[in-house]
Amino acid sequence: MTETATDTPLDGVERAVHIEGVSLSYGKTLALDGVDLDIPAGQMVGLIGPDGVGKSSLLSLIAGARIVQTGKIEVLGGDIADASYRQTAYARIAYMPQGLGKNLYPTLSVFENIDFFGRLFGHTKDERKRRILDLTARTGMSPFVDRPAGKLSGGMKQKTSLCCSLIHDPDLLILDEPTTGVDPLSRRQFWELIEDIRRDRPGMSVIVATAYMEEAARFDWLVAMNDGKVLATGTPGELLARTSTQNLDAAFIALLPDELRKDHREVVIPRREADGDLEIAIEAEHVSVRFGDFTAVDNVSFRIPRGEIFGFLGSNGCGKTTTMKVLTGLLPASEGRARLFGREVDTSDIDVRRRVGFMSQSFSLYNELTVRQNLELHAKLFRLSSDTIPERVDEMARRFDLPDVIDALPDALPLGIRQRLSLAVAMIHSPDILILDEPTSGVDPVARDGFWQILAELSRNDGVTIFVSTHFMNEAELCDRISLMHAGKVLVSDTPEAIIAKRSAKSLEEAFVAYLEDAIGESHEQPASFAPRQAQAAGEATEAPKSSDTSPVRRVFDLRRMFAYTQREALELRRDPIRATLAFLGTIILMFVIGFGVSMDVENLTFAVLDRDDTTASRDYVQQISGSRYFIERPPITDYADLDNRMRNGEISLAIEIPPGFGRDVARGRSVEIAAWIDGAMPSRAETVRGYVQGMHATWLAQKARELYGRSANLSEFRLEVRYRYNPDVQSLVAMAPAVIPLLLLMIPAMLAALSVVREKELGSIINFHVTPVTKLEFLLGKQMPYIGLAFVNFLMLAALTIFVFQVPFTGSFLTLTAAALLYVIISTGMGLVLSTLMNSQIAAIFATALLTLLPAVQFSGMIDPVSSLQGAGAIIGKIYPATYFVTISRGTFSKGLDFSDLASSFIPLLIAVPVLLGLGVALLKKQAA
Amino acid sequence: MHFDNLANLGIKELRGLLRDPVMLVLIVYSFTFSIYTASTAAPETLRNAPIAIVDEDQSPVSSRILTAFYPPYFLPPHLISAHEMDARLDAGLDTFALNIPPNFQRDLLAGRSPAIQLNIDATRMTQAFTGGGYVQSIVSSEVSEFANRYRGTARPPIDLNLRAVFNQELNKSWFGAINSVISSVTMLSIILTGAALIREREHGTVEHLLVMPVTPTEIMISKIWSMGLVVLVASAFSLTFIVQGVLSVPVQGSIALFLTGAALQLFATTSLGIFLATVAGSMPQFGLLLMLVLLPLQMLSGGSTPRESMPELIQTIMLAAPNTHFVILAQAVLFRGAGIDVVWPQLAALFVIGCVLFYFSLRRFRQFLK
Repeated sequence: MTETATDTPLDGVERAVHIEGVSLSYGKTLALDGVDLDIPAGQMVGLIGPDGVGKSSLLSLIAGARIVQTGKIEVLGGDIADASYRQTAYARIAYMPQGLGKNLYPTLSVFENIDFFGRLFGHTKDERKRRILDLTARTGMSPFVDRPAGKLSGGMKQKTSLCCSLIHDPDLLILDEPTTGVDPLSRRQFWELIEDIRRDRPGMSVIVATAYMEEAARFDWLVAMNDGKVLATGTPGELLARTSTQNLDAAFIALLPDELRKDHREVVIPRREADGDLEIAIEAEHVSVRFGDFTAVDNVSFRIPRGEIFGFLGSNGCGKTTTMKVLTGLLPASEGRARLFGREVDTSDIDVRRRVGFMSQSFSLYNELTVRQNLELHAKLFRLSSDTIPERVDEMARRFDLPDVIDALPDALPLGIRQRLSLAVAMIHSPDILILDEPTSGVDPVARDGFWQILAELSRNDGVTIFVSTHFMNEAELCDRISLMHAGKVLVSDTPEAIIAKRSAKSLEEAFVAYLEDAIGESHEQPASFAPRQAQAAGEATEAPKSSDTSPVRRVFDLRRMFAYTQREALELRRDPIRATLAFLGTIILMFVIGFGVSMDVENLTFAVLDRDDTTASRDYVQQISGSRYFIERPPITDYADLDNRMRNGEISLAIEIPPGFGRDVARGRSVEIAAWIDGAMPSRAETVRGYVQGMHATWLAQKARELYGRSANLSEFRLEVRYRYNPDVQSLVAMAPAVIPLLLLMIPAMLAALSVVREKELGSIINFHVTPVTKLEFLLGKQMPYIGLAFVNFLMLAALTIFVFQVPFTGSFLTLTAAALLYVIISTGMGLVLSTLMNSQIAAIFATALLTLLPAVQFSGMIDPVSSLQGAGAIIGKIYPATYFVTISRGTFSKGLDFSDLASSFIPLLIAVPVLLGLGVALLKKQAA
Repeated sequence: MHFDNLANLGIKELRGLLRDPVMLVLIVYSFTFSIYTASTAAPETLRNAPIAIVDEDQSPVSSRILTAFYPPYFLPPHLISAHEMDARLDAGLDTFALNIPPNFQRDLLAGRSPAIQLNIDATRMTQAFTGGGYVQSIVSSEVSEFANRYRGTARPPIDLNLRAVFNQELNKSWFGAINSVISSVTMLSIILTGAALIREREHGTVEHLLVMPVTPTEIMISKIWSMGLVVLVASAFSLTFIVQGVLSVPVQGSIALFLTGAALQLFATTSLGIFLATVAGSMPQFGLLLMLVLLPLQMLSGGSTPRESMPELIQTIMLAAPNTHFVILAQAVLFRGAGIDVVWPQLAALFVIGCVLFYFSLRRFRQFLK
């Protein structure tokens, strides 16, 4: 591809990006294959090509979000693979990732989101405020600054996202499919906005990936990509001229290698016979769907006759998917009626699902099953008879051209083939109705045309009714009839030609925009009016801050950037009251439950006696035991079989056998033996029982000795004065509560922190860390702060609860305990963060945290058994586990009256653990994606 | 309800788990290494208890006492001076400190009934209680034997023959191993079903199932049986190869009966996992809920400390938790060799708890899907 890539040399033009021999692979998949490319500066450059050809990978490499594997990438004159250059370059590059509002935090308001980015780029408070006011005014977002980002429409999300990207006046703006899934009006406004900003900052280079060819036609310069390679570069005019085509869609197909386009034909859908009396397949009658006070679908009605291809056109979130869910019986309509073949859709009616094939937007395949297994699973679930399944699977495979890939996993297949497989899966049970939710988004034009050809055959030859949603105008034009949808309402339903004619528009898009403008009216978003007034303010914005905004960015450690993460994490915690409540309330509940529940005083033990003597002496002996508060006597044992049986079913934990002639022998001073059996199934309990029994036996003996030998027995007596130190009443609570505090301060803060990084990884906002100047240390410390704060408040609560509610006397230095607690919660949140950086999914992080906190803290940190008595791996874990030392400090200050000088040695391991965990976190965290 | 659907959907769940290496590693860890460490770390009876002795008498009787403390029950005693004693106890170096006063032997033989002081760090609960008894009886027997040499027998010759049944040496590692298996079973079954359900919702894959002719009940049962099976197989493996094999814990009763109990326990805990997932809105909330549920289940089910010693109220509340019954069943079957005639009430209780949890989680699951 080298020759096509360099066929428009950039001699004399300044380059924004220079790419040489860049390849990138994810495991076995090659995403980029030896790309050589020069991107001119100061221009609007478009990357065109379907999903999965490497556009996003290339953009993330340019933005410095991903590690350069092979080749060289120079961005704005420096090597982006060089970490120190990157640190300065972050401040000159802005990157807006793919996906609606992907880099936004849904619970934060528009203002807070943009503010967060301002902090990351080191702006002062006043400067941030000025810039945010300016940006929101220019984008028409001013009225919505207090709205949470999660509650914005797709178009507004993208505008907010753009504000976040523009806050630091970048020299290079990278936009990855910024308008995919946005309604045409918002799309148009978005591009006007970019134009406007470029007027103010003519030097700014913009690189945009897009799936809409009609958008790309307006760019200055284009890069056509396919299969990880650059197909061609040049201005739109040059590309059209070279391929002698009329539009970019056709030009792109012409640029594809021969083997890819040999099967391509223009989609021709024969006219539908307008049969007046055809059965109505799908009917919606005043359907509305509400979620709380949000109306997702508002009074929608339509009738679709059998065999028609009916299109639903609208932006993401306009209610298309919800309407489809109502029709498939997934969701009940709040009002109105939906009918399939005249029969009302009932959510509990399984039969109706068998007449419908549904292909959902994102997911209809199991990636862990092969193509054949996927087809078979669905065939089985739709209960095709088992002897017809192989035949049907083969038929589907043939029809959708899948035999070559029948044993491959869907993940490994190109999107176009996956799409065909999804359709095959949806068709496996030969349904009468096909409901397809954006089936072709991201599919390359050749595959898309092939897909529509299949739809045409299904409709015209098999009489299948097809209900399809899309946001591509050229697809909508292929439908027999379409409905334009916006904000839950159907704006118009008719044939595409009629709609264009009605608005006397040039294209369907123009007609749609006209309808949208009518629908929105004057209510909000006046994109055209801001230009003259705001341009001036914008001019100031670009001039004034230049001197101040680069210097703080280069600092190795910047408090403002750290606090940006602290503040954001704290805000998210505050916006999730359930989590905060769980953290506080949970701690208290657990403290009560464990403090009161776990007790080392073994009481109420059951025992029974096999008394073969039954004299005063033997009864006296038994009385000794049954009279104590530890034991409860059960009916006497009759024989050994009874004894065995009652021990076995756990009814008694102690059995005592007194031999015949016991009383007589004792009186005569003959040696006798009492037998006792303890249930050893639970060793710690058995141990205690043994202690009790031995003690009572000894007491009884001493008593007998006095009776038998009188005063002379006292000769051998000495006194053993037992003092239970620190806990004179030997109360469990006094011993347990100070040890439960460390346990709870470990588990809950660790669990809170454990999800903080991995959640960003899973939901995608980690990208902000990848492309902004924030350092690993700032990121980790910033995230840790709010959890340390929360955990510390938890500590104070627990201490108060222990002292005032449980009445555990506090004898030592509270300051020492507090200092240790602070260190300790830094450690416990640090442990959570380390696990969070290590794991890639939230579920694994939860599992690992539970596994690595619960067991060691309960078993190895001296809470129940002293660490010095542990053995094996447990002893080693106990010695290095920080909880051990905090247990010592907690018990020392609570019960032993100690202060710092006594406990200094326990502080040392805690002081060591803090930097070790932080270092581990920094080492494990990746500043760039692999 | 169609059994084909249950089978097909369940197999899909299993294949999904197979492709998640991190989860597999964690499962293996929790059923092997975790159990091994937990069981071998627990001190057997009284082991290596740190004791210090202040010997101000320096007499034959005091040296007799000194030499009576030896491993494995006690660490060799530290001989310390009187003023070191408090500091060492404060620092947690010793659990026991014996103070033998000056002229102890003389006073003893003179019948003046001298006193030996035994200081016990009562914050170290288990060791303080069991060890305290040991120290007392060791000292008493040494002193009385010494005294008897001078005075002859002065006590009635009544012996107490005390034996522990089912675990003669009161080897704590046996119990520790089984207890770890039980906690792993609980933790895994809740996480595998609950967190996996939340992940499916966050990724939007649950919905797809609903357009097919399968009912929520079928989806839920297929999750329960497949994840339950994974944990059941893992625990059977662990019981055979780790507990009986590596740790050589003798198992008295029928493993099949234990696994039947485990299956019922899993029925209850997997349902609980789904219930928690439907209650928690997001993964972070689920993580916290998990801790809130796991900790009491582990601490209060009778596995860590005896149920008898818990307050009445907690004992009653914990009857609603499946773990309580499972711990009782495991002890009875594995150690006491009890048969179904003995443990049927536990099996019945587990079944009832499982059904109740299943019913509630199914109700919530249906709402959750809407």
